[in-house]
Amino acid sequence: MNLNSLTIKEAKVGLKNKKFSSVELTKACLEQIKKYNKDLNVFITVTEKEALDSAKKADELILSGQDLPLLGIPIALKDLFLTKGIKTTAASNVLKDYIPQYDATVVKKLKDAGAVILGKTNLDAWAHGSSGENSDFGPTKNPWNKDYVPGGSSSGSAAALTADMCIASTGTDTAGSIRLPASFNNIVGLKPTYGRVSRYGIVAMASSLDSIGHFTKTVEDSALFFNVTAGKDPMDATTLEKEYTAKPLNKIKIGVDPDFLSKSLEIETLNLLAKAYNVFKNDLEIEDFIPDVSLSHQEYGIACYYIIQPAEVSSNLARYDGIRYGLRRANFGDEAKRRIMLGTYTLSAGYYDTYYKRAMQVRTLIKQDFDTAFKKVDAIIAPVSPTPPWKLGEKINDPLKMYLSDKFTVTANLAGIPGLSIPIGFTSKGLPVGLQILGPHFSEELLFKIGCAYEQATKNEIWRKLKPKL
Amino acid sequence: MNIKKYQPVIGLEVHVELKTKSKMFCGCSADHFGQKPNTHTCPVCLGLPGALPVPNKKAIDWCIMIGLALNCKIPLFSKFDRKNYFYPDLAKGYQISQYDEPFCQKGFIELSNGKKIGITRVHMEEDTAKLMHQFGNQKSKIKNQNDEGYSLIDFNRSGVPLVEIVTEPDFENAKEVVEYLKKLQQIVRYLNVSDADMEKGNMRLEPNISLTTNNKLPIYKVEVKNINSFRFVEKAIEYEIKRQTESLKEGKIPVQETRGWDEDKQKTVTQRVKEEANDYRYFPEPDIPPIRLSELQITNYKLQIKELPDAKLIRFIKSYNLSQYDAEILTRQIGLANYFEESVKVGKPHQISLKQIANTIINKKIDIKNILPAQLIKNIISSQKTDDIGEDKLREIINKVMKENSKAVEDYKSGHENAIMFLVGQVMRNSKQKLDANKVKEKLKKVLQ
Repeated sequence: MNLNSLTIKEAKVGLKNKKFSSVELTKACLEQIKKYNKDLNVFITVTEKEALDSAKKADELILSGQDLPLLGIPIALKDLFLTKGIKTTAASNVLKDYIPQYDATVVKKLKDAGAVILGKTNLDAWAHGSSGENSDFGPTKNPWNKDYVPGGSSSGSAAALTADMCIASTGTDTAGSIRLPASFNNIVGLKPTYGRVSRYGIVAMASSLDSIGHFTKTVEDSALFFNVTAGKDPMDATTLEKEYTAKPLNKIKIGVDPDFLSKSLEIETLNLLAKAYNVFKNDLEIEDFIPDVSLSHQEYGIACYYIIQPAEVSSNLARYDGIRYGLRRANFGDEAKRRIMLGTYTLSAGYYDTYYKRAMQVRTLIKQDFDTAFKKVDAIIAPVSPTPPWKLGEKINDPLKMYLSDKFTVTANLAGIPGLSIPIGFTSKGLPVGLQILGPHFSEELLFKIGCAYEQATKNEIWRKLKPKL
Repeated sequence: MNIKKYQPVIGLEVHVELKTKSKMFCGCSADHFGQKPNTHTCPVCLGLPGALPVPNKKAIDWCIMIGLALNCKIPLFSKFDRKNYFYPDLAKGYQISQYDEPFCQKGFIELSNGKKIGITRVHMEEDTAKLMHQFGNQKSKIKNQNDEGYSLIDFNRSGVPLVEIVTEPDFENAKEVVEYLKKLQQIVRYLNVSDADMEKGNMRLEPNISLTTNNKLPIYKVEVKNINSFRFVEKAIEYEIKRQTESLKEGKIPVQETRGWDEDKQKTVTQRVKEEANDYRYFPEPDIPPIRLSELQITNYKLQIKELPDAKLIRFIKSYNLSQYDAEILTRQIGLANYFEESVKVGKPHQISLKQIANTIINKKIDIKNILPAQLIKNIISSQKTDDIGEDKLREIINKVMKENSKAVEDYKSGHENAIMFLVGQVMRNSKQKLDANKVKEKLKKVLQ
């Protein structure tokens, strides 16, 4: 049995029952990384020594009967998460040698929960991208087929998990940057409610849209991980906590926006989705499946997003002037420059009202769509990507085409609601496809419940046994 | 002959540094004056990747109190905005400030001539770091390629809370500006929210000066920076008015620009030309949720504000029957005003008069920090005590003094009334005791008859 192909739950049981140690588990992951990282370009930094030290300490604690939520579990962090003393690059040449002086709040929480940090994963530089191809350090390849993209911007974190290089990994989702790569890699990805997980110490992309989430192999693992990272943080004024109890499954109504299915979905994606919808409808014993929940302003999502996000990006990247840390601005990549210019333009005098202000108003309408919908249903299921993973290089010369891959995921960020991406099968080419479950603010518990039920209902499907040929 | 009368149109921007313990958006100490450089910093005020601002509630409380003390309206909804521009002293490449929905709006200050100076707005922002320039051709320790000089940045000041108070262009001369500044400084010190010391940089002033004729709107505006002390406020403004007048007399419209006050040269000099307003690309600060106040909260703020200088002055004149002059001195600083009132309270049972207390405090420059009101009263009481040396002894000393000071006796007898005070003094000195001066004077008069 490969230790590194265990889930968090399985690993915890194994560690507790002394079937293996954290050091062994960590070594298994490190071996996997050594074998395949060069080819797949998943990790920017591997912290072998630190990981083994942590694992050793974890073993001591486990031996003494201690139990922490992630004690001894090796994880990978997207290289936007600041790690004290460990290089953090945002996959950009501007920060290629930057060593932070502090840990992100989430990193601290994960460490306090006993997690073993294996290293920092590759991404689209500054989280600008949907394929992983905008990294200044070369694209990550999809472990399921190395000619294809793993999805972005959390490309490395998704690939690391599906290639069994770690037991869980972190990411950020600003327009789908967790949900999309999760769906492209046959893993579970959570985009939490905006404000439920602290952004302090994570390189900011778009401050009002960034959501801090993670990748796991199962929905149950996702819930476990979320319990560690979620919580109000005095260092982040936009975090908050709220009481929420999920209804039992048999009282849940799930809705679908019919427009999503008709909106030029790639045919195999469409088929897999239809199949999945039937499972929800017939096999989960929910109260009702409502096929006509309309989100009428959905179609304006990308336009709205590509005004607000670059505006915030252009401001958030201003601090990288090379004076106090990092290299000079000439080191920004093309996509970063593109977004800085776009954002500066939409905020400039004479254009603010036409672009930024108007986009913010449309944003309110998009949020209201969900508010209205969630009065009718408890959750919505929807596609994640309009297509399965595309080939490396296919969309890179057409930024607009690339931007449109976010059209189903972006509205959740504009509204601040949570989304859980779960695998639903493979195309005939062997490429993974996923689906997302969306719920009202603070409804993660509900999403986990529904996701788990789907997992259970489909646990014997053949595709669940597939593993990438590395 | 058409003699154009140029009217000055002056508006003021004053920045007041709040003396909160922590900075505006992080927990670093806000005490930066005279500290070792870059010792009060953290990821937030250094603008490190991933850092986020968390507003200082006390600073906001104090900003609102300043606004209320300036008769402003406090809207129930307010927010922070990002003001985007590049400069090495601005760590994030943007300053968190307030743009269109500041904490306080539309207030006023009344000057002694009855004129009301409109306060457009009072808002919160963060201070920048401090730049220190070393000009070239100096033997510098830091290796510099061409020895062109370098600039050092001290981030201790980065993020310190600033309250900006903007007036309508209601001032017509430098004297009004000085009076306004003194009043504003006094109010802010009364509230105990800032030391408002121009020399220390915790109160900064930027006048906008224009000239116009026939009450028309001015067609240009000159901003003057770097006025660092009260002494130069009047000089700088008057210099600028003169400069603009001369320019207009020659038919030249003064350039719209920012000028700096040069203390050494005692004139304003061009700093940078403002062709049009900078585009700061303001947008609402997404990292800080907007601030929503309730009417109850605003009422609570009002209750927290104790008696302000103008009201205290009026009350002192009325209740204590003081002259305007004396009352102004006693209410100039709240510490002194409280000391006076405390002393009056303590002195009452001993029948010490208000006038005595006022005079003592004003004229004797009492060290109010080290002498408690009770001690002051004790001192006054004992200073009033006089010794009685007996009639004979007194007569003896008087005779001695008269013999030794025949000139003074002559002067008095020939009509110089004041000479008697000299003699009184001599009697007092000779007695080596504290005599009742009036008694001595009466006695002397009798003898000299």
